[in-house]
Amino acid sequence: MRFMMLMIPKGYEQAAPGAMPDAKAVAAMMKYNEALQKAGVLLALDGLHPPSMGARVSFPGGRPVVKDGPFAEAKEVVGGYWMIQVASREEAIEWAKRCPGGENETIEIRQVQEMSDFPDDVRQAASGFEKMPKDPGAPKA
Amino acid sequence: MSDSATRGAIEAVFRIEAPRLIAALARFTRDLGRAEDLAQDALVAALEEWPRQGVPQNPAAWLMATAKHRAIDLFRRDVRRARVHEEIARDAGDAAPPEPDPDVDAGEGDDLLRLMFAACHPLLPPESRVALTLRVLGGLTTQAIARAYLLPEPTIAQRIVRAKRTLAEARVPFEIPRGAEREARLASVLEVLYLAFNEGYAATSGEEWMRPDLSHEALRLARVLCGLAPYEPEAFGLAALMEIQASRFAARRGPGGEPVLLLDQNRALWDPLLVQRGLRALERAERLADVRGPYLLQAAIAACHARARTADETDWGAIVSLYDELLERLPSPVVALNRAVAVGKTSGPQAALDLVDALAEDPALAHYHFMPSVRGDLLERLGRRAEARAEFERAAAMTGNARERDLLRKRAARCGAGNW
Repeated sequence: MRFMMLMIPKGYEQAAPGAMPDAKAVAAMMKYNEALQKAGVLLALDGLHPPSMGARVSFPGGRPVVKDGPFAEAKEVVGGYWMIQVASREEAIEWAKRCPGGENETIEIRQVQEMSDFPDDVRQAASGFEKMPKDPGAPKA
Repeated sequence: MSDSATRGAIEAVFRIEAPRLIAALARFTRDLGRAEDLAQDALVAALEEWPRQGVPQNPAAWLMATAKHRAIDLFRRDVRRARVHEEIARDAGDAAPPEPDPDVDAGEGDDLLRLMFAACHPLLPPESRVALTLRVLGGLTTQAIARAYLLPEPTIAQRIVRAKRTLAEARVPFEIPRGAEREARLASVLEVLYLAFNEGYAATSGEEWMRPDLSHEALRLARVLCGLAPYEPEAFGLAALMEIQASRFAARRGPGGEPVLLLDQNRALWDPLLVQRGLRALERAERLADVRGPYLLQAAIAACHARARTADETDWGAIVSLYDELLERLPSPVVALNRAVAVGKTSGPQAALDLVDALAEDPALAHYHFMPSVRGDLLERLGRRAEARAEFERAAAMTGNARERDLLRKRAARCGAGNW
């Protein structure tokens, strides 16, 4: 089972462009990341710049509308994520509990949908994906 | 939290901690079997105490302390027994139990590596190495292993008990082998992990064609091994091979659960995250290797497929040369058969069929369903449909897996009955 652990730091929705976590917190987090890696469960991880450097694309009436960050309406935003592969939801929770999280941080655990979770018609639709035109400039790897 | 939720949480902690726990205890007691028993005792204690007193702040330390206390108790009991035994038999050489290693917490990573080497010891039959590895390193219950292998639980339990007894009786040292021995022992570890992976990847028996959980567990252990032995090119080669093969899980079964062959797979369903991880592990393996080993070469072949956006873009020339190199490292009829398939793509079906027919007498391929299946494919491409049909039928009769059998029967039917 694959899970995404989403880090939600309170206040990050209002953080200034270029805001960075402090070095001590990063050092503790590196140790945690290493533990995930050593256990062979870590697939990927990334930290995200604050929303003040991002943009939101919404589709009112089916047409894209772009709005630059920060977003006054956002109550909580994602600051980063870990993608892990574990045997159970309990194991994902146990790993999240080991994170050296701060007072204002929350980790949300969400299971990744897999092809086998979908009913037949959705799987059929997904297997038509390949017929979509591909970007000829995309890297080959 | 409900009782069952607490139980689930405790089991999750145990699954994460068990390998390190057993590894440290095995060095402490110099007995893998006893170490595993002690770890199980600690789990039982946790299941009793944590629901009442809450999960401790540091569950790993709690489990270790509990197990260590029990280990010391047992050691003292053994010393007392040994003294009695000594007085009666005066057999000093056999009587004294080994001193426990006092430095329990040192070198955690090395302990895990020692544990891997011990569980995969060549003294044990291969199926026992796999069971013991999944048990002590995967933290899987006997029940879970039995389910993965579709075997009765007592069969697996007995394999594990016998394996532990064999190691104890032979007084197999709990060590990291050095020099020339290291290479052979590492090869055994890699083989065990790949056996487990393959059992999940192409289940040799049963209704289900894949048991991905088992493969994911083997892949996880390969990643752990890369962390423990960061300069072993073949460890990275194996991890790369598994990552790339695992990236195809969603594409390898059709909507009805039937197998889909590599070249027919929808590549949009390949997991790009695992492909990237595989290619990165392969790069590392290439950097470390003086001579490219069998896993690295197999990973390089898998990478050729992973890099091709469509089946038509596959670089078959590169694949044939990789098989040439692999055949030098690992002269095996199965590799030769796979090479023939690649030759069929570069030089046509007749050239490939000649190679395959040269292998026909090899006893190692006599019961291998891939042999008639490859012949069937080549004969079909040569328009010799009746012969092709017979080969597919033969392959279908040889495979133990129901899903694969269906696919082969379908291919046989496609060759038609009219050409008889």
